[in-house]
Amino acid sequence: MNIDILGISVLWIFLWGYIIVASIDFGAGFFGFYSVATGKKHITYAIIERYLSPVWEVTNVFLVFFYIGMVGFFPDTAMYYGTALLVPGSLALILLSIRGAYYAFSNYGSKQNVWYMFLYGATGLLIPAALSTVLVISEGGIIQVIEGKIVLLWSELFSSLYTWSVILLALVSVLYISAMFLTYYAHKAKDKPAYMILRGYALFWSLPTILASLFAFYAISQHNKEHFNNMLSLSWMFIASFICFAIAVFFVWKGRNLGLSFIMVMLQFGFAFFGYGRAHLPYILYPYITIREHFTNETMAIALVAAFIAGLFVLIPSIVLLLRLFLFDAAYVRGTKNKKGGKGSYGK
Amino acid sequence: MTAMYDAVSYSRLLTEITLGFHIIFATIGVGVPVMIALAEWRGIKRNDPYYILLARRWTRGFVITVAIGVVTGTSIGLQLSLLWPSFMQVAGQAIGLPLFMETFAFFVEAIFLGIYLYTWDRFKNPFVHFMLIIPIALAASASAFFITCVNAFMNTPQGFTLENGVIRNVEPIKAMFNPATATKVSHVLSSAYMTCAFVLAAIAAFSLIKGRSDKVYARKALKLTLVAGIIFGITNALIGDFSGKFLAAYQPVKLAAAEWHFETKDKAELIMGGFLTEDNEIKYALKIPYALSILAGGSPNTVVHGLNETPPELQPPLRIHYYFDGMVLIGTLTIAIGVVYLWFSRAKRKKPLPRWLLIAIVCCGPLSVIAIELGWIYAEVGRLPWILVGYMKVEDGATTANNVHIMLLLFCLLYLVLAISCIKVLAKLFRNAHVADELLSLGIEGGKRK
Repeated sequence: MNIDILGISVLWIFLWGYIIVASIDFGAGFFGFYSVATGKKHITYAIIERYLSPVWEVTNVFLVFFYIGMVGFFPDTAMYYGTALLVPGSLALILLSIRGAYYAFSNYGSKQNVWYMFLYGATGLLIPAALSTVLVISEGGIIQVIEGKIVLLWSELFSSLYTWSVILLALVSVLYISAMFLTYYAHKAKDKPAYMILRGYALFWSLPTILASLFAFYAISQHNKEHFNNMLSLSWMFIASFICFAIAVFFVWKGRNLGLSFIMVMLQFGFAFFGYGRAHLPYILYPYITIREHFTNETMAIALVAAFIAGLFVLIPSIVLLLRLFLFDAAYVRGTKNKKGGKGSYGK
Repeated sequence: MTAMYDAVSYSRLLTEITLGFHIIFATIGVGVPVMIALAEWRGIKRNDPYYILLARRWTRGFVITVAIGVVTGTSIGLQLSLLWPSFMQVAGQAIGLPLFMETFAFFVEAIFLGIYLYTWDRFKNPFVHFMLIIPIALAASASAFFITCVNAFMNTPQGFTLENGVIRNVEPIKAMFNPATATKVSHVLSSAYMTCAFVLAAIAAFSLIKGRSDKVYARKALKLTLVAGIIFGITNALIGDFSGKFLAAYQPVKLAAAEWHFETKDKAELIMGGFLTEDNEIKYALKIPYALSILAGGSPNTVVHGLNETPPELQPPLRIHYYFDGMVLIGTLTIAIGVVYLWFSRAKRKKPLPRWLLIAIVCCGPLSVIAIELGWIYAEVGRLPWILVGYMKVEDGATTANNVHIMLLLFCLLYLVLAISCIKVLAKLFRNAHVADELLSLGIEGGKRK
């Protein structure tokens, strides 16, 4: 395998990881706020909080990792995307900042503050919309180089059908992925009332997810024929994605094998996402940046791959530890373990 | 509009504000885990629940500051590409390695912070929980290390050649370990540890003045933090001296501008305070003979490079003198106050500390943070007009986009809101949780461990 393919694969895996963990996080924030706003807080909120609390910071790292890796492996992306994304990128950053900070404020500081929770929930839906515009831009036609200056064409961005299809897909997938995960988590916690509500959400959002995917397919055929044709030649990946979706929803509907069901959700998005990415190659930014011509120099690439492998040796055990302590620890999931020593048991 | 649009100034201002804001929380993020580790370790070793409580309470406030540190850190990371795309194109090729490794450190810190927070009472052996703070402290310092490597590279770039804007012959390790790395990293780390010790000491002194907190608890906190503060402070001052020697050897222009040293000569005097008239005359300054030569090379005979040898358009602004003086003054003052405290707490062990001393210690907290800001402004402004010294000017690195001023406004608003909320949340967190109640719940003063 060529080192440039290796580089983009590593980055793509991290982006896929980000989509899964961030979707859980973004959607959970929204469901959390929704449960408070509709007076169902007592039923579902504890489940959501118990999962989110120990991992809130990790989600952000996936994004930073992807971004830094991108600049490291493909430095020219910094030039093109950096210039073009000033406004959408800054807006996404501001939303991410509000979200991250107010999660901590509401969870570790001022409990019960509905305003903080609202900020957290609302940004959870706006961020995926803002971030997904990057995918649109990468398809070409949105960035143009005029007299040596890189310019983002706003009118093109907002008049493109593809833009809206991607934003729609991002929104519904966030709610779908999140609800599917929380259903599994509530089931593990043996929290029947929460499980029933979350299962309802999961089933409710499954149909829009598939419809939005089809819509995105159609939109890309209008926007970038070449990419669409490449996707058609990889159609087995998208079929596999649909089969995974069907299995996942079937299990949730039947109410069994929920762990497997969530793995199927991950595969569903994995197949679609890698199919989409592979069809897009060799372009990172159509038609300006390709993975071969705009790859970093050889020495840096080798150094980065070496650092990456060394990093995995630290990262994987750490993540396994985190999962074992909080995701696969039955007592913690059920909430019977003293979960928040850091808060002390004062005032009780 | 495009012809007149000054994207460079807006980009600079936005970067300055973001970094200035982030650096406060970044410093806390690097130093406080070390202090938490010290307190928890002492608490376990001596079986003293006061120290355990100290670690717990610090941690609780720490999480709030980490949240802001993370989000502002993400902002500055991405802003580098959004505001300085041509710089990042070069940096990505030459210095991508430490940037990349920094995210690993960040990852480890994020994971273990989550674990540490939620496992206080989960292990029978208290050492197991203590072990969890170690990766946090190490990873926090490691990420400071890696990111400071990038900054050091901007000051003394090496490990590549630039031909007509194309980078060749990249040596990632050489770029990372450039001449500025050693002194910069060690100064950043030691100043962060020192600052956090003094900030936490200020909180302890404040609660002693207010009389709200448990006295024994607050005095133990004060002792731990100030002893640590003095040790880190002295280390920091020594490293600062090395930094002076480094500057004399590799960035003489920065040192000369900071010291208003115009003529190249030996037996150079160090200038403290004062101000500069329009025709570069120094007024009302304290001049210490030979001191600059000693700072620069360890001997009064060291020849110190003067500013006049650099063409005016390549000179940094001369106001950096004030930042340098401010930083050194505060550093010295805080160590001195720490030493005075030691004297009082030894000689009159049983008596309460005098009120004026406590007030002085409270002042040390914000002063230390100001010193960090001054030091960074000095280091960064002292590199002007370069973004990559000798390779790329600041105006060539900036974005060509047109909406920077709106983003500047939005980010200012964001930081303002974050700052207010942070203060509000922290104040509420500690006002509602009285030390006495918490001590009781930890099994002190007749209470039973719950």
